[in-house]
Amino acid sequence: MKKIFLLGWKDLVLAFRDRAGLILMLVAPFALTLGLGFVTGGFTQSNSTGLSSVPVALVNLDEGELGKGLVDLFSSKELAGLVEPESFTDLAAARQLVDEDAIAAAVIIPSGFSASVIPDSSGGVSDPISIELYTSPSRPNSAGIVQSIVTRYLNRVEMGRIGGQVTVGQLVASGRIQPQQAAEVGAEIGKKQAENEEAFTSIRLKGEEGEAAPQFNILAYMAPGMALMFLMFTVSNGGRTLLVEKTQGTLPRLLVAPITSGQVLLGKMFGIFFTGSAQVLILILASSIIFSLKWGNPLAVLLLVLAAVTGAVGWGMLLTALVKTSGQASSIGLAVMLTFGILGGSFFDITMMPRWMQAASRITPNSWGIDGFTVLAAGGGVAAILPDIAGLLVMGSALFAISLVLFKRRGVLQG
Amino acid sequence: MAAILEVQQLVKKYGEKTAVNGISFEIQESEIFSLLGPNGAGKTTTISVLSTLLSPTSGDAVIGGHSVTKEPMAVRKLIGVVPQDIALYEELTARENLSFWGQMYNLSGKELNTRIDQVLEQVGLSSHAKERIRTFSGGMKRRVNIGVGLLHKPRLLFMDEPTVGIDPQSRRAILDSVKELNRNGMTVLYTTHYMEEAQELSHRVGIIDHGDLIALGTQAELTRQVGEYESLQLELGEMDDAAGLAETLRKVEGVAQATVVDHNVILVTTSTEKVLAPAVSCATERNIKIHSVTIQEPNLEAVFLHLTGRALRD
Ligand SMILES: Nc1ncnc2c1ncn2[C@@H]1O[C@H](COP(=O)(O)OP(=O)(O)OP(=O)(O)O)[C@@H](O)[C@H]1O
Ligand SMILES: [Mg+2]
Repeated sequence: MKKIFLLGWKDLVLAFRDRAGLILMLVAPFALTLGLGFVTGGFTQSNSTGLSSVPVALVNLDEGELGKGLVDLFSSKELAGLVEPESFTDLAAARQLVDEDAIAAAVIIPSGFSASVIPDSSGGVSDPISIELYTSPSRPNSAGIVQSIVTRYLNRVEMGRIGGQVTVGQLVASGRIQPQQAAEVGAEIGKKQAENEEAFTSIRLKGEEGEAAPQFNILAYMAPGMALMFLMFTVSNGGRTLLVEKTQGTLPRLLVAPITSGQVLLGKMFGIFFTGSAQVLILILASSIIFSLKWGNPLAVLLLVLAAVTGAVGWGMLLTALVKTSGQASSIGLAVMLTFGILGGSFFDITMMPRWMQAASRITPNSWGIDGFTVLAAGGGVAAILPDIAGLLVMGSALFAISLVLFKRRGVLQG
Repeated sequence: MAAILEVQQLVKKYGEKTAVNGISFEIQESEIFSLLGPNGAGKTTTISVLSTLLSPTSGDAVIGGHSVTKEPMAVRKLIGVVPQDIALYEELTARENLSFWGQMYNLSGKELNTRIDQVLEQVGLSSHAKERIRTFSGGMKRRVNIGVGLLHKPRLLFMDEPTVGIDPQSRRAILDSVKELNRNGMTVLYTTHYMEEAQELSHRVGIIDHGDLIALGTQAELTRQVGEYESLQLELGEMDDAAGLAETLRKVEGVAQATVVDHNVILVTTSTEKVLAPAVSCATERNIKIHSVTIQEPNLEAVFLHLTGRALRD
């Protein structure tokens, strides 16, 4: 065990003594974050979109006003750019899209929902019926946005119902409206209040409110994306060093020392893990200090970093197991880094891409990591990112297992 | 004296190519044993199998009672390896390298530090301990490369052509330190294609060529095989047709072998007196001026020539 640790430590030291490597590990992600931040920042100010546009299915089975109100709210101008609603009549189809991870959530407004909230002409309400939110566990942040819209709407309806009843009662008493119209008016008031701008302050943060400090927000989105993308550089470069060690003779020398080839491989894995973790933590620390970026709960951030690095290390090992020379490792590593960067959402939000691409993005550590960091930056805790952590850990261990088999089969660890 | 290493019918093939062709030999405790052979003879392959890096195609070797195929871990603890090509971390300092490798060989704490100091002293690099390997000369790197193999005081040390491509002083220092190590009881398996090194260092020599062990014994035993022969070295000018001359001289009576090394023609002969005159006249016929003539007692070079018809160095 001590030897495995030492092997890893040696790789960490070597990685930090490699100037060219350091530039790619630490300087490049910073520069790109800044560069892309300014470019994208310029766009979003005029457009109010650019960050996220959460795809959501609306299944309105309600016959009354409240269901329609919620659908209208999702399609309102204010939320354009934040959510991308699509109406469905088929409940199963909507659920399936969520299962396939093609959309972030389905909002299901059951039949009789309005009737359960708004008193009928006799003054009674039916048994309470809840709106159902069916969300994709792999997109906690997107699902969170949908949930908060629905919750706030319901809060407003609730307040509107209390306030509305008074108001409607007064209106009826004053003879302004007929009793049979009361329910309709109550719903109208509820809806108006739900649409009240002030109610969406926190959601709006991502869009128009960003104008107060547009670069700040864009950076907060770009920084994790870039850190994760250049983490992919670090892991592929780390894997490459195994092949470098083979040609420079230190690998054969290790293999005649009293240490097993499995230990050597684990040591390499530790090395990449240490280096990747150090890199991402340094990037986070530096961006917190230099740009005052808020990454969120430190413990949760640390856990997410370790999980993301684990997932990425799996890819690094797989890559190393597949290529023959260190030259191949460099070029394929670069290609993977860029592909994963694009596919995983390091450059732009993946929810804007076709569905198959969104599904494909889940193979990248970038995608899970960005999800997690977004949740943490929005104030989430460890519990909120557990799905991301689990996804990354599963990814890392599965890939490591596959690489072990490949290493054995290809005899990489023989002279 | 007990055998610390027994090689039994060792065969190593790379695909179709046979690199080691069923060799057998023993090395006794406290012996310096040299494997002498030209490039591509199979020296490195042999050491790779003996040091458990490669598994043999067939055959086995037993080191300190442990089979290299069945108990590689036990073998690895007994041996030290100095690879032919420098195998160090260029961006670590000499001391960091030694510390890393020492720990790979289970050294730690005070013992590790003491050994590092001793080894640095031994290879004469104490004053460069804190400098990175990248900044070292070829000879200095070679010395650290050797030092790594000595750290854990192995019972059996494999040295694969440790003097290739370095300056004469460094070479001298390395040869002296090998002898010093051996005086202190270390058994050494030394490979080289320099006849002089094998001659100077070893108690016994195995001559290897094309994967075959073609001769084995003490130097006296080996040279006795060619005892009736002497060698005659004719030094020619750089522009002269040495190969053509050798070709002609091969037909002269009394010449057993004629080979070309650089711009020398080396004749192996039973009688230098009888051969010298025809050799000179052949050269004159071809307008070749002989710069010098050296007559040598039979040596390992002559043995190799005798056995293979080729010079050790090509
Ligand atoms: N990995 C390999 N794959 C195929 N052939 C190899 C391999 N390694 C060595 N050989 C071949 O096996 C033969 C023996 O090589 P080896 O390296 O053992 O010779 P050597 O005596 O150490 O030579 P040198 O003095 O040049 O170091 C050579 O013909 C070489 O080309
Ligand atoms: Mg060799």
